[in-house]
Amino acid sequence: MRTLLYTFAIIIGIIIYAYGFQVTQVDLDELGSPTRQESLRRILRALARPDFIEYEKEEFQVETPIYVPCPAGGAPASALDQSGPYMVVTPPCAEPETEVSVEGFNFAPNTEGPLNFIPPSGVSLQLGRIASDGSGHFALTVKLRDRASPEPQLLRAVTRRSIGGPRLSQNGIDTIDKILETVFMALLATTAGTILAIPLSFFAAQNLMRTVTSPVPSIALSILAAPLGILIGGQVAGWLIKLGLPLASNLAANGVGLIVIALLLMAAMRWLATPAETDPKTASGRLWQVGALLLASIGGILLFLLLSNLAVNVGELLTPRLGRMGFLGNFLTKLGEILQLLIVPICALITAGVLMNLAGQLGQKLVERATDQLGWLLNLLLAALAGAVLFLLIGLAVEWLYEIRTPMNTRIIPALVGAAAGLFIGLRTRYDDSLPVGLTIYSVTRTVLNALRSIEALIMVIVFAVWVGIGPFAGVLALGLHTVASLAKLYSEQVESIMDGPLEAVLATGANRLQMIVYAVIPQIIPPYISFTMYRWDINVRMSTIIGFAGGGGIGFLLQQNINLLNYRAASAQIFAIAIVVSLMDYISSALRQRVV
Amino acid sequence: MTNLLQIEKLTKIYPNGVRALDDVSFDVPKGQFVAVIGLSGSGKSTLLRCINRLVEPTSGRVLFEGRNVTAANDAELRRIRRRIGMVFQHFNLVHRSTVLTNVLAGRLGYVSPFWSLVNRFPKEDVEKAHQQLARVGLQGRAHNRADALSGGQQQRVGIARALMQDPTLILADEPVASLDPVLAHSIMEHLEQINRDDGVTVLCSLHFLDLVHQYADRVVALNEGKLMFDGLPTEIDDAMFKDIYGQEAKRVG
Repeated sequence: MRTLLYTFAIIIGIIIYAYGFQVTQVDLDELGSPTRQESLRRILRALARPDFIEYEKEEFQVETPIYVPCPAGGAPASALDQSGPYMVVTPPCAEPETEVSVEGFNFAPNTEGPLNFIPPSGVSLQLGRIASDGSGHFALTVKLRDRASPEPQLLRAVTRRSIGGPRLSQNGIDTIDKILETVFMALLATTAGTILAIPLSFFAAQNLMRTVTSPVPSIALSILAAPLGILIGGQVAGWLIKLGLPLASNLAANGVGLIVIALLLMAAMRWLATPAETDPKTASGRLWQVGALLLASIGGILLFLLLSNLAVNVGELLTPRLGRMGFLGNFLTKLGEILQLLIVPICALITAGVLMNLAGQLGQKLVERATDQLGWLLNLLLAALAGAVLFLLIGLAVEWLYEIRTPMNTRIIPALVGAAAGLFIGLRTRYDDSLPVGLTIYSVTRTVLNALRSIEALIMVIVFAVWVGIGPFAGVLALGLHTVASLAKLYSEQVESIMDGPLEAVLATGANRLQMIVYAVIPQIIPPYISFTMYRWDINVRMSTIIGFAGGGGIGFLLQQNINLLNYRAASAQIFAIAIVVSLMDYISSALRQRVV
Repeated sequence: MTNLLQIEKLTKIYPNGVRALDDVSFDVPKGQFVAVIGLSGSGKSTLLRCINRLVEPTSGRVLFEGRNVTAANDAELRRIRRRIGMVFQHFNLVHRSTVLTNVLAGRLGYVSPFWSLVNRFPKEDVEKAHQQLARVGLQGRAHNRADALSGGQQQRVGIARALMQDPTLILADEPVASLDPVLAHSIMEHLEQINRDDGVTVLCSLHFLDLVHQYADRVVALNEGKLMFDGLPTEIDDAMFKDIYGQEAKRVG
């Protein structure tokens, strides 16, 4: 029975491999055929001589007279200068269209160039190519052209000889330029990816999210608060930007405003965040705190606005004055613009977060105070409402993507379905049941990350190249997005493998969840995070070398061009550059990782 | 003397069906040093963790200083927890943080959440942390990394962290089980001193009966989650011992 099974397994294996050979068109004849081998030799030789360095060359001509046809009385002998390179033609005269042999002496070793026939008209007619051997000698037989003349005509060998030392070829310069671009593409993508991946990784860590549970009314209120918060936050930020812009357009007003607001904020912070928390807060104290917090956030938005504008203004001021270092000013401008761009979305997200938190607390309070009937009603009502809103949002997304333009299908039906689903959940749960929200968020985050990660950056760049145009920026965006997905996953696995003991100990002191993360989680994950980030930079450098193939800029773009032009010596320079940079990065990152961990 | 801690019909059933605590009730008056004994897996750790709800009890009530711990919401629970210090078998320090940061973590329930997130503590707290470190004999080690310390020293940092909470109760979960006998006595002496001098009530699970005899005012014994014995250490005779530890057990130490 066992043997039969083994035999069967072996037969299956043979079939699988046989089919594999068939599909992949394994062809040993091609490997061995002389023409193919010649091609291989050609490309390998080209690749072995990367076009990196060139010598400054000077054209150098050697001439010798020839008579076509032979004049009466034979060709007159001419004095032969044997101090430099010289050519000897035998015979020194011949009929048109006959062959003569040309020998050269004292040429530079291993040079080549055309051998031209110069009739009295002065045009160059190429007869063949000379190639000197190691001692500067060459010999070849050429056929004379049909240009008869009584005058002496010329045979001219044109060679190039190097003068001066080696220098980078144009291809070498381009290669260095582009490999630098590549390294910085990887750097920017890794930085942006890391910043986004760190908070995401906490949402994708099961051990942190498992303990987050809350009752249905809390969840429902939070869901309702989220779009409201995004709307309010976005509106307020936009309105504040409009309000603050006149202040920001003037450099002096900008600077002064920045300092004043920063000082005010510091004072507010100091007053707000009393060092010790008094036991139960009084209602009026709480109100004061909320008011101050609101003012502080408005101040914070203005601060960011002024800061970003200052950066833009100073950057624009500096760029023309810094000359070659102008990119520093440009960088400042770009940073300011990024900051400006981020104000509205960040504001919207923070407002949403705060509102969701407050709504959750409100839900908790309601659950604690409610009687059974009221709780039941609240549960149903809120769940239905939240379900309707959630599905309505999904419907709007569908509408945006597919442009269905039937409100019935994208608004009313989703809202009804959502409400029904909410009612179902509301009926199946008690109002004070704790639902595992944390695990739900965990699963959703994980799924999205996995889906994103399965799409290679090489494919993502196609979308980004359409969006922002072909170039390194598209590459940065694609690599950054892929980095977020893969780093968040790697990070979250590190969070999942930390020791529980310190978490327990910090929680036992009465710390809240955020404090627990700062005091017990982050110290434990810093070394693996740094090590993964560097590893990812390493990967990004490697990825960015080929992302240019799909329109992502960097050295890949150059490499692809040269390969398509069959310019293998130039491509070889780029391949060598990639190999050097990648192995260097590998070495540096492993050395740094050892230091840190 | 009022009861600091009241435990009423406490039951914990884990999701895998294990009944770790089964209808356990007892009261702890203020200032007592109570030892909790029992075999591994008898529910000692679960009992201690149910008191500050690191483990959520399935049913029953815990009252601490008259406040209902089991019914407390998040904010109330944090205010209760900050009065209950906890010391662990494996010390549970954050290895890569400094000793000082580990000790200051004991203040997290008191300080403003905002400043604590950027690692800023009030001056008094920092001074207090140094005092507590001196008290447990670790002056001058504040800026060492926690994992640079030996086991006994790490446990003393754990005690200092618990003391930072100004606790009225300290839960010690087998505080000496990972230490050699000499260090074990030194740690137990620290706990005894805190109990005697500061009037802090201590609930301490222990393995060795000689430690129980030496340090505890009272013994609570668990077997398979049930309360088997509640009385003075001297009352544990051979028959009682076999009830707690099983018929084949032999007394050591």
